[in-house]
Amino acid sequence: MESFRVRGAGVVAVVVLLLLAAAPAAAETEITFWHAMGGALGEKVKEIAEAFNRSQSEYRVNAVYKGNYSETMTAAIAAFRARQQPHVVQVFEVGTATMMAARGAIKPVHALMAEAGEKFDPGAYLPAVTGYYTTADGKMLSLPFNSSTPVLYYNREAFKKAGLDPARPPRTWPELGAAATKLQAAGVPCGFTTDWQSWIQIENLSAWHDVPLATRANGFGGLDAELRINSPLHVKHVAQIAEWQKTKTFDYGGRRNEATAKFTSGECGMLTESSAGYAGIKRTARFDFGIGMLPYWPDVKGAPRNTIIGGASLWVMAGHTPQAYRGVARFFSYLSSPEVQADWHQFSGYLPITRAAWELTKRQGFYDRNPGTEVSILQMTGRAPTENSKGLRLGNFAQIRDVIDEELEAVWAGKKSARDALDAAVRRGNELLRQFERANR
Amino acid sequence: MEKRAVFQHRLLPYLLVMPQIVVTLVFFFWPASQAVRQSVLAEDPFGLTTRFVWAENFRGLLRDPDYLRAAGTTAVFSISVTALALASALLLAVMADRVIRGATVYRTLLIWPYAVAPAVAGVLWLFLFNPTVGIVSFALRQVGYRWNHLLNGGEAMLLVILAAAWKQVSYNFVFFLAGLSSIGRSVIEAAAIDGAGPARRFVAIVFPLLSPTVFFLVVVNVVYAFFDTFGIVHAVTGGGPAGATQILVFKVFRDGFVGFDLGRSAAQSVILMLVVIGLTVAQFRYLERRVHY
Repeated sequence: MESFRVRGAGVVAVVVLLLLAAAPAAAETEITFWHAMGGALGEKVKEIAEAFNRSQSEYRVNAVYKGNYSETMTAAIAAFRARQQPHVVQVFEVGTATMMAARGAIKPVHALMAEAGEKFDPGAYLPAVTGYYTTADGKMLSLPFNSSTPVLYYNREAFKKAGLDPARPPRTWPELGAAATKLQAAGVPCGFTTDWQSWIQIENLSAWHDVPLATRANGFGGLDAELRINSPLHVKHVAQIAEWQKTKTFDYGGRRNEATAKFTSGECGMLTESSAGYAGIKRTARFDFGIGMLPYWPDVKGAPRNTIIGGASLWVMAGHTPQAYRGVARFFSYLSSPEVQADWHQFSGYLPITRAAWELTKRQGFYDRNPGTEVSILQMTGRAPTENSKGLRLGNFAQIRDVIDEELEAVWAGKKSARDALDAAVRRGNELLRQFERANR
Repeated sequence: MEKRAVFQHRLLPYLLVMPQIVVTLVFFFWPASQAVRQSVLAEDPFGLTTRFVWAENFRGLLRDPDYLRAAGTTAVFSISVTALALASALLLAVMADRVIRGATVYRTLLIWPYAVAPAVAGVLWLFLFNPTVGIVSFALRQVGYRWNHLLNGGEAMLLVILAAAWKQVSYNFVFFLAGLSSIGRSVIEAAAIDGAGPARRFVAIVFPLLSPTVFFLVVVNVVYAFFDTFGIVHAVTGGGPAGATQILVFKVFRDGFVGFDLGRSAAQSVILMLVVIGLTVAQFRYLERRVHY
């Protein structure tokens, strides 16, 4: 008992000391930032927040890792319902419509910057990146943080062995098919594979060929949009890949990025995957590989246009003090500065969000040292985005992606024709869109 | 004078069961009531607008072909997991009961998988069967079978059933072993003297005397297959390919936490809760009659 009391007194003393030590920090306004960047990227986010904290003394950004994208978003929503929401939360691109529809729960970035009196030039940002996160009339709602776009990775050594030019990746889908067949003839078990099939083979296919994915400007024009992914182009593309699956010219690897292992192990000669997969592939592949633009169908007029992004953006949540919002605005300006952006871009393989950061990276010679890393930016900025290639703004889109994944899997397995599967995806996807419309009226 | 231990305090018994009641109220009744409440509402994820919609969520579900398919998948999955986990555990328990040397080692090793978290168990099986680098799929390739659970729904189902059953075998094993050791040696020895072989002894004596254990384990395994297998499905197949392994509890998660359709998700939880209550009641009423205690 005696020792217990002594220990109790010790605990009290320690707590008091800690409180005293923490006291001076209370003068700073604390800004909570929930993110979904694990591993090395998470360390980098922490580093950026700490650098910001050192750069000034008024605000303190506290970056907290909350799990994967879905978990982080769910956590933020639950926190909002309990009135404990963070100031800033990182939300993946398919959550955009949900966040945007929650008008009372968020503070649009353009309004935040104006109210805080922070210098903010929307023209400084790359429209292909920010377009996904702006209103139909061009007002920025959330700050793009990590954005990537799909590119083609190819095994240079396998290309050489198959008598293909290792400096020249296939530019079109028919060329890719021919190259894949040649690779197989030279002993590579599978020609090509893909990660993120819905994002790359459906969503980006649409934007890249300037074909609508949904009506109402891909949903930017209103909640009553309907899917259009059973167009002749979509059906032709999916039917072609299904044909290739029969001979392993294409081989399915999984819904997320599982197929990367098929490429890095040498099983498949080509891979369509996010530009942000670069660092991982470079680390694992034991062969020389190259990067090309995403292939396109040469018979489609206006193709190639530009690809769209995936990744996440930073949303500011409602219900905080003006003082805290000034801090958030300051932090966003810091994040957008060319030095921070260029460093983040070069470290992670994500796209830079401003022109200045892109220019800076060029001047630093990064693209010369790392050939292929600029392909993604060129592919996104080559031509101005149209309403078909600006991005997507569809509710319940995480579930719609699941539906598309399911239907595509049925096609690869030979259980459904491309036409039937895409018709079914449209029907099921539209039901989800109508549900979202009803819930957000 | 008669001596009896009588508790004078009227409140004491209530006080003693109070912790248990509080835990049940807080961790079962309160969340369950919240689910029932949410199931009759249509609400945006942030809770900014809420509408009372009566049974619209339930009607929508019963019309949804995906939901009905998930119900069928769950039936196949639960029956297979229960049957496989019980049969293999019983076999192992009977074998382990006869082992004399090194019995504790066998038992410890057989109980081990129970300590593995469902998601980890799922990942272990996933590694074994990975179509590209898995050792089992490699072995199958050597004998001319191309295993690919990423495209083949039947193979995916088999894989999640194996993983889910494997994890439950240990639990069943412990109960079977305890049940076996409580069967009197003399009864079995008497049967042996009468000339009954091991198989006959098992059918005529051991299994009937084990029936209370079997009954209890059937109930527990069905509940396990309905609810606790979420982590395995999530890690191994994510409900794919093409929805082939989407069981009800996984759909609750997907609609609620990926799709943020809280009303529909809650309605599914309520239905699931009713189904499990119904199954348990039915098992007690009909199965229990055949059990010899």
